[in-house]
Amino acid sequence: MNMMSESAVEKALDQKMSDASHKMIGKDVSVYYGEKRALFDVNLNVRENTVTALIGPSGCGKSTFLRCLNRMNDTIEHCRVTGKITLDTDDIYDQAIDVVELRARVGMVFQKPNPFPKTIYENISYGPRIHGLSKNKADMDQIVEASLQRAGLWGEVKDRLHESGTGLSGGQQQRLCIARAIAVSPEVILMDEPCSALDPIATAKVEELIHELRANYTIVIVTHSMQQAARVSQRTAMFHLGQLVEENDTDKMFTNPDDQRTQDYIMGRFG
Amino acid sequence: MASTHILSAYDDELKYLSRRISEMGGLAEQMCSDAVRALVNSDAALAQKVISDDVILDHAEREIGDKAIITIARRQPVAADLREIVGSLRIASDLERVGDLGKNTAKRVIAVQGTGVPRKLARGLEHLSDLALVQLKDVLDVYATRSAEKAEAIRIRDEEIDAMYTSLFRELLTYMMEDPRNITTCTHLLFCAKNIERIGDHATNIAETIYYMTTGAQPEGDRPKDDSSNTLGAITE
Ligand SMILES: Nc1ncnc2c1ncn2[C@@H]1O[C@H](COP(=O)(O)OP(=O)(O)O)[C@@H](O)[C@H]1O
Ligand SMILES: [Mg+2]
Repeated sequence: MNMMSESAVEKALDQKMSDASHKMIGKDVSVYYGEKRALFDVNLNVRENTVTALIGPSGCGKSTFLRCLNRMNDTIEHCRVTGKITLDTDDIYDQAIDVVELRARVGMVFQKPNPFPKTIYENISYGPRIHGLSKNKADMDQIVEASLQRAGLWGEVKDRLHESGTGLSGGQQQRLCIARAIAVSPEVILMDEPCSALDPIATAKVEELIHELRANYTIVIVTHSMQQAARVSQRTAMFHLGQLVEENDTDKMFTNPDDQRTQDYIMGRFG
Repeated sequence: MASTHILSAYDDELKYLSRRISEMGGLAEQMCSDAVRALVNSDAALAQKVISDDVILDHAEREIGDKAIITIARRQPVAADLREIVGSLRIASDLERVGDLGKNTAKRVIAVQGTGVPRKLARGLEHLSDLALVQLKDVLDVYATRSAEKAEAIRIRDEEIDAMYTSLFRELLTYMMEDPRNITTCTHLLFCAKNIERIGDHATNIAETIYYMTTGAQPEGDRPKDDSSNTLGAITE
């Protein structure tokens, strides 16, 4: 079935990554929560078909930056974003941008699996329906199946599509949320600590999924697990006190980082 | 290393590795110096001691390996910590080889006991061994400080040993040609000289490892050439 060997696929992807255009470009991004400044002139580019991990101590601004990428900060009162963020060539903070459409292009998966209290089928079909992505039932069935396939969940749920999504295990719920994000054909998927509520096996399944999704999507993941960043990402960005201190190839970051703060953080050192 | 880990037991594990490496280094150095002394003085008892000391070194290398594996599994080290542990494994293996070379020299003491070692050759061997042991001692000192700069300086010095070895090689060939009855002894001495020269190579390896541990990069440029005795075939005429 596999026409290319695993390593050939990896190679092709790595090649693609090294010539990767920047899917999203963040320029001088600053964020204020009222008087409090949470991000300081962050310049970070997100490469296409690449998993970019955001790491750093709690409160350093990882989630804040992630939320800038699909304007989730708009929903937070007193939150102000300055600087410029583009998706391909579109300035996402432009007046003319339809935020709902933006969030379809840049999907999000949260820390705690949050399926709707509806059936598995409805969890997936909700997004495509409100975005008008399907013409009829057969179309929708097709989207639901494809999304669950891509999220590696189809085999486990195909006989219970009309049971509640909240009846699934934690790991399955998280993959359901990823399937839900995929269903609206996003270009970028943002994940904020997607495995922190999962056990090691469920975590491994989600990581495997992230690994596969890289071929078709651009992924940005916030994680507090160094090992997870090392395992799933090709690029790593280290934040500290609201600043981006280093962005590098993940392999370099975990063998010989350039910045002392990165070094101290990933090695679990202080002082 | 200025900073410490949040988990102090992790620091203890890394300190254990570097302490054991230093101990191994001290013993390897002692064994090699004893082996050459035993050789030039035809001291069979000292040679025997070197041979039995090698067991301690082998054992230490295995213990360092076990501890490193456990530390990797337990801590999932990254960056400088990871390089530190991988470096410890490499250095332990170089030091274990140095011990083997000392042991091999010691074993030859018995073989050359009958004829003894000609004064001039003995001096040559001692000189070669002094150079190699200074190299080893210095690299162990650098290990204690983790200075990339000093490691680089040591790495370049290996040339001197190679030149000394080549000249000793030449001299041994001359002895053999003068009187075929010297051949057995000289062949053993040739192996001893080679053993000593190899100690210099291991010291150079260790210097490179220290450089890597400290900087995360391989030292630049070729290391000094190996000895040139391999081109001395047509020495006769
Ligand atoms: N909704 C909010 N209102 C006010 N301050 C916030 C809000 N969200 C985050 N912050 C503050 O912004 C900083 C960065 O937080 P966050 O982006 O959540 O960090 P991280 O995800 O790296 O842990 C923190 O100091 C946090 O207290
Ligand atoms: Mg967060």
